Amino acid sequence: MTEAAAHAESAEPILRLRGVGRRFGGLHAVSDVDLDVIPGERRAILGPNGAGKTTLFNVVAGDLPVTSGRIELFGRDVTREPARQRAKLGLARSYQQSRLFLGLSVEDNIFLAIVGVGRGHLRPVVLPRKDAELRARAREAARRAAIDGRLGDVVGALAHGEHRQVALAMALAAEPKLLMLDEPASGLSRGERQLLTELLLALDADITLILIEHDMDIALRVAERVTMMHEGRVIVEGTPAEIRANQLVHDLYLGSHYGSEPEGGASG
Amino acid sequence: MRRAVSAFDWRLLVRRLPVGVAVGTTVFALVWVLFWAPSTNFGPAIHSPANFLITLLNGLTLAALMFIVASGFSLIFGLMRVVNMAHGSFLLLGGYIAYEVQQSMTNGGGLTVFSSQVNAWDWLVPAIVAAAAIGGIGLVTQQVFLRWNMGQDLRQALITIAISVIIADQVVAHFPLESSIEKGSAVNTSWPGAIDRLVNLHIAGVQYSVARLTMLGLGVAVGIALWLWLYRTKTGMVIRAGVDDRQMTSALGVNIQVTFAIAFVVGASLAALGGAVFTSYAGVNPTTDGQWLLNSLVVVIVGGLGSIFGTVAGALLYALVYNFSISYLPTTGGDCCGQYSPVLTFVLLALVLAFRPQGLFGRPA
Ligand SMILES: Nc1ncnc2c1ncn2[C@@H]1O[C@H](COP(=O)(O)OP(=O)(O)OP(=O)(O)O)[C@@H](O)[C@H]1O
Ligand SMILES: [Mg+2]
Repeated sequence: MTEAAAHAESAEPILRLRGVGRRFGGLHAVSDVDLDVIPGERRAILGPNGAGKTTLFNVVAGDLPVTSGRIELFGRDVTREPARQRAKLGLARSYQQSRLFLGLSVEDNIFLAIVGVGRGHLRPVVLPRKDAELRARAREAARRAAIDGRLGDVVGALAHGEHRQVALAMALAAEPKLLMLDEPASGLSRGERQLLTELLLALDADITLILIEHDMDIALRVAERVTMMHEGRVIVEGTPAEIRANQLVHDLYLGSHYGSEPEGGASG
Repeated sequence: MRRAVSAFDWRLLVRRLPVGVAVGTTVFALVWVLFWAPSTNFGPAIHSPANFLITLLNGLTLAALMFIVASGFSLIFGLMRVVNMAHGSFLLLGGYIAYEVQQSMTNGGGLTVFSSQVNAWDWLVPAIVAAAAIGGIGLVTQQVFLRWNMGQDLRQALITIAISVIIADQVVAHFPLESSIEKGSAVNTSWPGAIDRLVNLHIAGVQYSVARLTMLGLGVAVGIALWLWLYRTKTGMVIRAGVDDRQMTSALGVNIQVTFAIAFVVGASLAALGGAVFTSYAGVNPTTDGQWLLNSLVVVIVGGLGSIFGTVAGALLYALVYNFSISYLPTTGGDCCGQYSPVLTFVLLALVLAFRPQGLFGRPA
C-alpha cells in the first residue's frame, strides 16, 4: 500500500481515459469517463447492473470502438488500435461470461494466450525447444490458477468454476502489465473465492490490476482505489474506506444490494 | 402408474429412433449387397466378389477426391463462416489451368495427350501451378471482396456467386471449342504413363487402375498433412481457436486477418488440386463447377461443417452410397441402374439432417 502510494506521486498513468463514451443506438452505456490508473495499482470498478462496467472494459481492451474520447495505454494513444495491438502492448482481460476455446485442451487454451502475444504464432515450422519452454510457462500459469489437475482435458468438458480458473490462467499466462478481470468470482464457491482472493493479493507488485466485482468482500479487500459507476458515468472515486462511508454509494448500491452485510467485514 | 411407465418407454424409443434407423438401414444394405441383390448388374457379393471389390474401390477413390475438394471448402467455412459459392469455380479454373499447362509442356495441340507421353513432372507441375494460381486468386478474393464483409453471410454468398459467374464466363470465352455446352465435351489431362495402367490386386482376380489408387493415396496424404498442420503446429492451433471464437482469438494478440488469408489460400488451393485430379479422372467442362459445389456442400453437411474428421466421414459416406447404388440398385427395364443413385445420395443427406442437423461430426451451434 505504501509502496503503491509512493508510486502514485512519481509514475505516469499506465491507463488514461479522457471523455470516453460508448453509445449503443440511443443508449449511453458509457459516457464521458475520465480515469487514471497508475502502474502497480489495484483498482476496483463497482456499480449496479447495467452501469457500463463491462462496456468500459470492452472499449479499453479494444473489443469495441469508442464513440467518443481518447484512450492512452502505457503512454500511447491506442484509441484507434485493434484489440490485438493492445494485447501485444501488455493488456490481458477476462470476460464476464468465460470465453474459452471449448474444442481445445486446457493447456492449449493457456498456450494460445502466451503464443498470441508473442511473435511467430503463425510460423509454419515447429521449434520444439521454444515450444517446450512456452508449454512450461502455460503449465506454470495453470498451477497458479489451481487448474493444473485438468491440463489435458478439453475445456468444453469442464465445470463452470473451472472455466473461470482457465480464463484466469490465460490472463496470467500472457504476463500482462495490465490485467483486467471482469467479475472473476461470479459462480465460484466459497472456497474458490478464498483461493481467488489470495491469488489476487499475491499478484506481482508490478502488475496493474483492474477488477470488476460484485462481491464487495473481495473487491474491497483487494483494491486500493475504487471507482464507482452508475448509468455509464463515474460518480465517485476513492479509497475503499471512503467508498464505504459515501452516502451516495450506499443509496445506489451498497444500500440496496448489500445493506445487510456487516460494516467492517473487510479492511483494505 | 401404468400410463407413466408406457410414456417413458415411448420417449426412450423416440430417442433411440435415429440409431435404430441408421443401424437398420446399414444392416439391410449390407444383407442386400452381400447376399441378395436380385436383378442388378452385379448380383450379390458372395456370387461376384470381384465386382464388390471394384465397387468398393471406386467408392473409396472417389471419396478421396471428394475429401480433397471438400476439406478446402470446410476449412474456409469453419474459420470464416464464409460459404464460398465460388469453390466449384476454383476447382473448374484449376482444372483448366492444369490442362493448359500440361498441353504446353507436352505440345498436345488441343488434343488430349497420350499418357505414354506424360511423365510424372508433366502431371505434377500443372497441378502445382493450378494450386498456386488459384491460391493467389483465392487470396485476392478474400482480401479485396470478403474481408470487408465479415459476418455478413448474404453479402458474402452473393459476392462469391458473382465471382463464380465471372469465372464461368471467362472459361466459356477462352475455351470456345472444347467447352461449348452443346458439344458437351470435356477437356482432359492425362495421368503419367507410369500410373496409367492396371495392377493385379491378387484378390478375386481383380485388376485395378493404379491412377485411381494413386488418387486414394493423394487423398490420404492431403488428410494427414491437414491433420498435422491443424493439430500439430501453432498455426493450426490458432486456426482451431479461431473456429471456436474469432473475437477472443484476436483479443489474445493473434492477427486473425492473416490467419483468414492463410486459410483461404489453402482452401482455394485444395479446390484447384482437386480440379487437377478431376481433369485427369473425368475431365472438366463448364458445368463442372456447380456439380462440385454441390458435392462439397453435401460432404460437409453430412460430415459436419468445419471438422476434418467430419469431412472424411462425409466424403466416404457420400461416395460409397453413390457408387454402391449405381452397382447394386435393381435395373428397371432395359435401362441401366444409375437413375436412382442421385436420389439415394440425397436420401442420405435428408436422413443426416433430420436426425443430426449439425452433421455427423459437427458441434451443435
Ligand atoms: N453490445 C451491446 N449492444 C447493445 N447494448 C449493450 C451492449 N453491451 C452492453 N449494452 C448495454 O449497455 C449497458 C451497460 O452494460 P454493461 O454490460 O456494460 O453493464 P455492466 O456494468 O457490466 O453490468 P453487469 O454488472 O450486469 O455486468 C446496458 O444497458 C446494456 O444493456
Ligand atoms: Mg458486466
